[in-house]
Amino acid sequence: MELFIDQVLNGIGRGAVYASVGLALVIIYRTTGLLNFAQGEMALFSTFVTWWLTDQGLGIVPAIIGSVVFSVIAGAVIERLLIRPVESAHSPLNVVIVTLGMFLAINALAQLIFIKPGQEALQMPSPFPSGELVGIPKQTIGLVLVLVLECALLWVLLQRTKLGLSLRAVASNPDSARLVGINTGVMLMVGWGLAAGLGAIAGSLVASQSSGFDTSLMQGILVYSFAGAALGGFDSPLGAVVGGLIVGVAEALTYQYGPEIGLGGIELVVPLGLILVVLLVRPNGLFGRTIVERV
Amino acid sequence: MAAKIPWLRVAVGVVAAAVAIGLPFNNEAETVQVFSQVLYLAIAAMGLNLLTGFNGQVSIGHGAFFGVGAFTSAILVVDHGWYLEATIPVAALLAAALGVLVGFPALRVKGLYLALVTLGLAVLFPSVVKKFVEGPGGVPLLQPKRSQVASLIPSLADDQYQYFVCLGVMVLLFVLAASLIRSRAGRAMIAVRDQEVAASTVGINVAQVKVASFAISAAYAGIAGSLSVLVNRVADGSNPLIYFQYSIEFLIAVVIGGAATLTGPFLGSALLVGIRKRFEGTEAMAPALLGVALIAAVFLMPDGLVGLYRRLAARVRSSVLSEPSDTAATTVEAAVPINLNKGANQ
Repeated sequence: MELFIDQVLNGIGRGAVYASVGLALVIIYRTTGLLNFAQGEMALFSTFVTWWLTDQGLGIVPAIIGSVVFSVIAGAVIERLLIRPVESAHSPLNVVIVTLGMFLAINALAQLIFIKPGQEALQMPSPFPSGELVGIPKQTIGLVLVLVLECALLWVLLQRTKLGLSLRAVASNPDSARLVGINTGVMLMVGWGLAAGLGAIAGSLVASQSSGFDTSLMQGILVYSFAGAALGGFDSPLGAVVGGLIVGVAEALTYQYGPEIGLGGIELVVPLGLILVVLLVRPNGLFGRTIVERV
Repeated sequence: MAAKIPWLRVAVGVVAAAVAIGLPFNNEAETVQVFSQVLYLAIAAMGLNLLTGFNGQVSIGHGAFFGVGAFTSAILVVDHGWYLEATIPVAALLAAALGVLVGFPALRVKGLYLALVTLGLAVLFPSVVKKFVEGPGGVPLLQPKRSQVASLIPSLADDQYQYFVCLGVMVLLFVLAASLIRSRAGRAMIAVRDQEVAASTVGINVAQVKVASFAISAAYAGIAGSLSVLVNRVADGSNPLIYFQYSIEFLIAVVIGGAATLTGPFLGSALLVGIRKRFEGTEAMAPALLGVALIAAVFLMPDGLVGLYRRLAARVRSSVLSEPSDTAATTVEAAVPINLNKGANQ
């Protein structure tokens, strides 16, 4: 039983990371209606920026803040320079290809800029103290707290500010939003900036949890985050959080118990199977809206 | 009215055939191998294009079908001593069967969600391989011996023979795809893509068309996988993301060639392999330049190589007829848009 609880807690810690990246994916999907394959690699680059700042002697928390600021600006610039020109093209697949191109290019750039030849893995200091609090690792508590804080800030931003209102207006109907005088272009840039900032936090925290990290840090995480977001419903921030946590826990539990039921080595089947089942029953995810289709 | 013979097309076809046959005799073995890689990549891209371009179902899981084909052939050759050529139909059938299995859930899950479910398939595949395939040293990797994939025609070297097998299969599958698209079934596929509900009201069995599209498309990818074993002499499942990367390559080939066009996937594959080879050996720079080149390709050719050609052709034609070029450019038939968000929330 204790082992079970340990694994659930472990899974919640992982899940909090998937949820953060999932939130970033959802924000971009809600504002621009597209799937950003480069989200993980953008977060990776931000993570390297954080690492570089700590390397310059900054503490880990100021370094993360600095990296978030950098990422928000970079995200907005990417939207303006790379995404917007192809967005109007007649096939949304074009934008997908651009994000795939970014996936390759950003990863390679991070390698070129930050990793010296012969260097294997980098180390990131952790912002959380080690040890346990009432039997729960402080790392896990920290990860969850950060996730809760992110959600609260996002909620306040989206539901309680004029900027958030404009963002939501652009997401639900860009043309009408433009008609009532909202600068949709700026809103799209803000959406990408927010997503990049969230990615920076998630990436830095993952890196600080592992013993060392390199440029492959985010690839597996991106897949799980996609899975979590799909599970929760791609247009729902709450869905991304719940979905991410479910996927994290499912992953941890199958790693623990998978070998006993003959799933050793193919633990991945469980979270992905779970998603398939959920999507078959609820094609728009757990929290997604269903739209009525007209002919 | 008697059909006018399209002399330009005939000429282009003859030249292309001559070049295709001449290539392996005028190049190094290594280069010929690259050409073979273009050919099997083109087969997989054609398959994906049938599904994504003509039937409107986005798949990022075709790497898994490719992998099924590759491992089917590798296992039959390495463990059971088959000729590789004989394994190709088996690979196609198994991939198609998996395609049917994926096609049924795909009826419920649309657009973006389908893309993600298929993504899961591609990511999952290497761990399934890892569980069931044990190559030398416990690595999930199978390598047929050189003699097992050797040329069956004495006058051809191995690389030339492999090239011609790939070329033959590709031409066959191209003709098949072209006839399919122009047939009743192909029109049904396009109708389902453009307006699903309307298609069902005119008597098209939407579910049947969609599942069948998945199966055919998967079979193409499976055949490509099988040929990849012939060309590269390996079926590899050791890198957990490799089949995801294949999926992406197929998608890239389709889009930069021109989605929903017949020749697009082949041209896209050639361009993709060309770009990749061009930047190979520049160490870490290679993926960066490949990524940048992809972005540039989409910026410069928003409707792919075929779309670019059509626009240029329209411009030339209109300037010959001395019409205003801008009206001609807008009337040209462009690659049909694919709505990625169809069925998903917007």
